Amino acid sequence: MTTIASERPAGRPAGRITLRTDRERAPRSERRAGLLLSSPFLIVYLLFMIGPLAVGVVVSFFNTTTVKSGLGGWVGLSNYRTVVQDSLFWSAMWHSVLFTLLTTPPLVVLALAFAVLASRVRRGTVFYRLAFFAPYVVPSSVVVLVFLWMYTPQVGLVPKLFSAVGLTSPDFIGSTSGGWTAVVLMTLWWTFGFNFVLYTAGIQDVPTEVYEAAAIDGASPWQQIRFLTVPLLSRTTSLVLILQILASLKVFDQIYLLLGGGPNQSTRPVIEYIYDTGFTSYRGGYGAAATMVYFVIIVAISAAWYALRHYRTAAAERADQRPAPRAERRTS
Amino acid sequence: MSGALGRRRFLALGGGLAMSAGLAACSSPLATGLAGTQPDTADVIFWNLFTGGDGANMVLMEDAFRKAHPGLSVEATILGWGNPYYTKLALATASGTPPDVGISHLSRLPLLAASGLLEPVEDTGLPELGITSDKFTPAAWQKATVGGTVYAVPLDTHPFVLFYNTDLARKAGLLDAAGDGLKPMRNAAEFTDALRAMKDAGAQYGAVMSITADPSTCWRYFSMVYSGIAGPVVTHEGTRVAVDDDAAQSTFAFMQSLTKDGLMPRSLTGSGVNALFSTGKAGFLFDGEWQIPSYRDVKGLHFNVVPFPALLGPKPVAYADSHSLVIPRNGKRSSARTAHAALFVRSLLDNSAIWAHGGHVPAWLSTQRSKAFLDQSPQRNYVQAAFNAVYDPVAWYTGAGSDFQTTVGSTIIEVIAGRLGPKDGAARLRADLKRYTTARPPVKIG
Repeated sequence: MTTIASERPAGRPAGRITLRTDRERAPRSERRAGLLLSSPFLIVYLLFMIGPLAVGVVVSFFNTTTVKSGLGGWVGLSNYRTVVQDSLFWSAMWHSVLFTLLTTPPLVVLALAFAVLASRVRRGTVFYRLAFFAPYVVPSSVVVLVFLWMYTPQVGLVPKLFSAVGLTSPDFIGSTSGGWTAVVLMTLWWTFGFNFVLYTAGIQDVPTEVYEAAAIDGASPWQQIRFLTVPLLSRTTSLVLILQILASLKVFDQIYLLLGGGPNQSTRPVIEYIYDTGFTSYRGGYGAAATMVYFVIIVAISAAWYALRHYRTAAAERADQRPAPRAERRTS
Repeated sequence: MSGALGRRRFLALGGGLAMSAGLAACSSPLATGLAGTQPDTADVIFWNLFTGGDGANMVLMEDAFRKAHPGLSVEATILGWGNPYYTKLALATASGTPPDVGISHLSRLPLLAASGLLEPVEDTGLPELGITSDKFTPAAWQKATVGGTVYAVPLDTHPFVLFYNTDLARKAGLLDAAGDGLKPMRNAAEFTDALRAMKDAGAQYGAVMSITADPSTCWRYFSMVYSGIAGPVVTHEGTRVAVDDDAAQSTFAFMQSLTKDGLMPRSLTGSGVNALFSTGKAGFLFDGEWQIPSYRDVKGLHFNVVPFPALLGPKPVAYADSHSLVIPRNGKRSSARTAHAALFVRSLLDNSAIWAHGGHVPAWLSTQRSKAFLDQSPQRNYVQAAFNAVYDPVAWYTGAGSDFQTTVGSTIIEVIAGRLGPKDGAARLRADLKRYTTARPPVKIG
């Protein structure tokens, strides 16, 4: 997880503020104030997000080199054609997807489990929250350095532990399967805190009355978690899930630093492919084309996700409008 | 609302003043960062990629320069070896903040030079300091030339060489009359016999080399054998596959003939190689001379290093690369800084006998012929390899630590391991090369 997602579970605007939906009557000064207030963000967004994206789109149609100014020669769609025909691009894409498949389920499930547990301890709640979140604020280079010491063959902590109990440790750095194991475990420990915090916030939104009512009805703690907490957190779960999927697809630094995409490029994520072609081989235009293909895939995944969610909430609302069938057995 | 406007104007003025004051203090790293100029932290900023023993030797050479020029400061930065280093060097140069002197492998030079990232040697005042073609190993100087212009000053040649265990060689009857070298071997058959003699003399293997997950070493081995009978595998600046299928097949067949009879293992890791050769269980070792320091201090191991004999072809060839010194292009570099950089380069050459302790053959002939170097054994025994050097083919994608070496080397690993026959290996090699020759070059070379 390279970027710190800036989104939070969307809270409802507080009820006191009445929103004017009637645009005509909003005074001009207010609209101007709105623009002015959001302008710092808009400028940064244009400068560092939309601008580079536009440059990237243009560059991807040229044989631009990273180390000279100027666009280079026009090549039309040829960069794109080469990218989609390049088996190395797709294998790198698959490595990013594989990393996502390996990391997303445990990162969501474990975060939920530990958030629930941490919310139910009597004492030391703050300590647990801090302990789970602490690794997340450590920079990736430091995390990798620490884990590299633990994973190093023969002298590392983990191989030493393995040999202490008479097992041969997997080759964490030199083999593909060992490399994936190493990087997934490291990522779990390192980034799990973010989802944990999202869930903790979600749990705090669940009113205590619900639990009280359940307790009066004789629900055991496990039943409370199973039938109240988890369903009531479904919105948080869907947010955590999509954030985690996107973050995992964007994996670069920990694989690059720990394994260098090795052994023999068998763990190289797609962003490293882009970096290798665009910067190491100076093929800026080609790298930009690969970026665009990857960008389209990411956008497609997000769009599909939001469409699905929209459909599901709409269905749920429709279901809510129907009176729930109540089976009452009268014994007179 | 004139009051508000006044206040705003006042703030804007204040902001502007603060901004200009900050930029005027142009010596702070923050300001140079904002202005995009190189912070002036030393008279010579030097980038290299040397760690371990080489790194320690390089520090000694830097200290020698400081001692000889007490008024000049050197700031040396060590960056990660291979692709990361070259990526940083290229991007720093392209963005106008390069070091004054950098290390480059000569095999990586074509792309750097063709991208306009390097100053030609003749424009840097180096020829005035006596750095001219007649004073270097010809093969290295030749490789430092791209499109007729010299862009780098070779520091050394580091060939792929033949280590042998002296005690085993004596037992196997391979030593010459003087007892300090091997009896001449003239071709692949005699070479194979030597391996067998080693095995018969009690070695577990006639020869070992690092194979598993080591595509670079396998590529060096292949290049050496193949170059004895054919030219470069790609030509026309790397845009055309020129591999000779017959030569590739005979090379592969020769490699497999050594593993088939158990003279060499089919797969072996770097640490396995180290263990076998250090403990006298292997007669020969195929590796770069830079491994000398890792065996020099092994107790009870007596070894020597010689160039490989002629194998499939008539003449011996040595696959090699060179470290060289380059002056990255920087339009903003003052002439005084350039002069300091040139002095620094010359000083490194003069002190390159220190560098030879890492096993490398100095390219600077006066060092190569100096007592300080000729007293070094086994370094003095394979100087000839520097003159028979064959480098990576000229292309924008070849060179030390490149993806090209990884890709092609991986195919060679498959052949050595016996998972691919010579014929399939040659076909796979051709396909590997095609992937690079058909990719669009970022810049035109030559």
